[in-house]
Amino acid sequence: MEIIMTIINGLSIGGTYAMIALGYTMVYGIAKMLNFAHGDIIMVGGYTIVLFFPISPIIGVIASVIFCVTVGIVVEKSAYKPLRGASPLAVLITAIGVSKLLQSSAQIFLGSEPRGITFNFGNIQIGSVSISVLTLITILCSVAVMVALTLFVKYTKTGRAMIAVSEDRGAAQLMGINVNFIIMITFIIGSALAAIAGVFLVFKVQDVGTTFGAMPGIKAFAAAVIGGIGSIPGAMVGGLVLGFIEAICGMVPALSPYTDAIEFAILIIVLLVKPTGFLGKKRREKV
Amino acid sequence: MALLEVKNLDVHYGVIQAIKNISFEVNEGEIVTLIGANGAGKTTTMQSIMGLIHPSHGEIYYNGQKINGIPSHKIVKLGMTQVPEGRRIFSELTVYENLLMGAYTRNDKDGIEKDFKDIYALFPRLEERKNQIAGTLSGGEQQMLAMGRAIMSKPKLLMLDEPSMGLSPLLVDQVFEIIKHFHEIGTTILLVEQNANKSLAISDRAYVLENGKIVLTGTGKELLASEEIKKAYLGG
Repeated sequence: MEIIMTIINGLSIGGTYAMIALGYTMVYGIAKMLNFAHGDIIMVGGYTIVLFFPISPIIGVIASVIFCVTVGIVVEKSAYKPLRGASPLAVLITAIGVSKLLQSSAQIFLGSEPRGITFNFGNIQIGSVSISVLTLITILCSVAVMVALTLFVKYTKTGRAMIAVSEDRGAAQLMGINVNFIIMITFIIGSALAAIAGVFLVFKVQDVGTTFGAMPGIKAFAAAVIGGIGSIPGAMVGGLVLGFIEAICGMVPALSPYTDAIEFAILIIVLLVKPTGFLGKKRREKV
Repeated sequence: MALLEVKNLDVHYGVIQAIKNISFEVNEGEIVTLIGANGAGKTTTMQSIMGLIHPSHGEIYYNGQKINGIPSHKIVKLGMTQVPEGRRIFSELTVYENLLMGAYTRNDKDGIEKDFKDIYALFPRLEERKNQIAGTLSGGEQQMLAMGRAIMSKPKLLMLDEPSMGLSPLLVDQVFEIIKHFHEIGTTILLVEQNANKSLAISDRAYVLENGKIVLTGTGKELLASEEIKKAYLGG
């Protein structure tokens, strides 16, 4: 029975991490940059659902997605696009700056006190196991998102163009692909996924502060690296790996205080043993 | 009027000048070759035309329209594309998907379907392997795929950068046959090659690049007969 609970928790936590990790990995693969402000998009989504929830839960979710996507587009256009072709270090520092900007803006407009919501989704009883409805929705939603994204990338023109740009930007341009447009689409998808993850996290922990996105953000980044940064299936696998570690640690009282340490230790081990991550490919440097 | 006209082009990489004031033109229906040794500036010239690198001085005209400064993807829409050096196929996509990427700018479903048929007729190997991941193809097959992918955009002007590089003599012959075929179906060709013999033989005109400058120009036949060229490029 505990095993079933662990699997369900692992899927739910892992699905959330995977949704965030997909944003990191797609932006890395396509725009060739680490978007360290990605975690703060989760925070933006979290605040939005808290503010709009009293109106209607559905409107809250939609508002979260719309607002996060808007912030993602504005950040891409104003902060990252002007740096296309700049040194990776300049882009990285800019991303950290954007992260601080988003956190500080949240503090200015919404104050430094955490905002909370309480909403009980209830439980359902399956056999002798009682599962929270929120956990089930999280699992179903993250699976749906991952399937949809996989189909989008494989079977649409824009999706295939994303693969082409991530593999060889110059050759993609020779096909007539507008690279800036593809990068924009990537930010839109990544921000929408972060918004959905943010909504689930808020319902789980029930309050949101300005650094709300930091920890899930860094863990999802670790998940993306474990799975192989740049690889979409890799981000899903990496997310689930961390999710299951967290679920297992949560079930074992002796391990649970060390959950974070164990997760990051696994990251270090993976980097030592297979630096490209589980599904990452070593790219040949062209000369 | 020339289909492609390059006027007084200068390209710098930092302080190093790779292209020094070159001018040349390609008329509609021609096959024109740029020949030159490694590092002469052939690839730099090609990439400048496609807007992948930005010249420090000079103008490039396509059909009378100035195209330097226009983003590469818009240049492709105007009707020209390039088979890049080293093929640069999308190794994670299938053969079919690679060809489909070539047709990225097109929306005429029927026309695309017809062109798939033409390409498969021209390269039966590609049809046999259409669902195979392109990275698993042999070098020769990858070159065929790169050429097929480029022609899928239905370019008026097709540029090929060292298409025979690294291929066996048999495949080199095949590549030149295909270039001739593309020309016969109405495509204007700008070719960059180190294989001066084969490329001059099919060219209407050619330019010789040396250290970023055009040092010699003439018809394919004239250059094939030229003593200088024989010494420097034809091994005799």
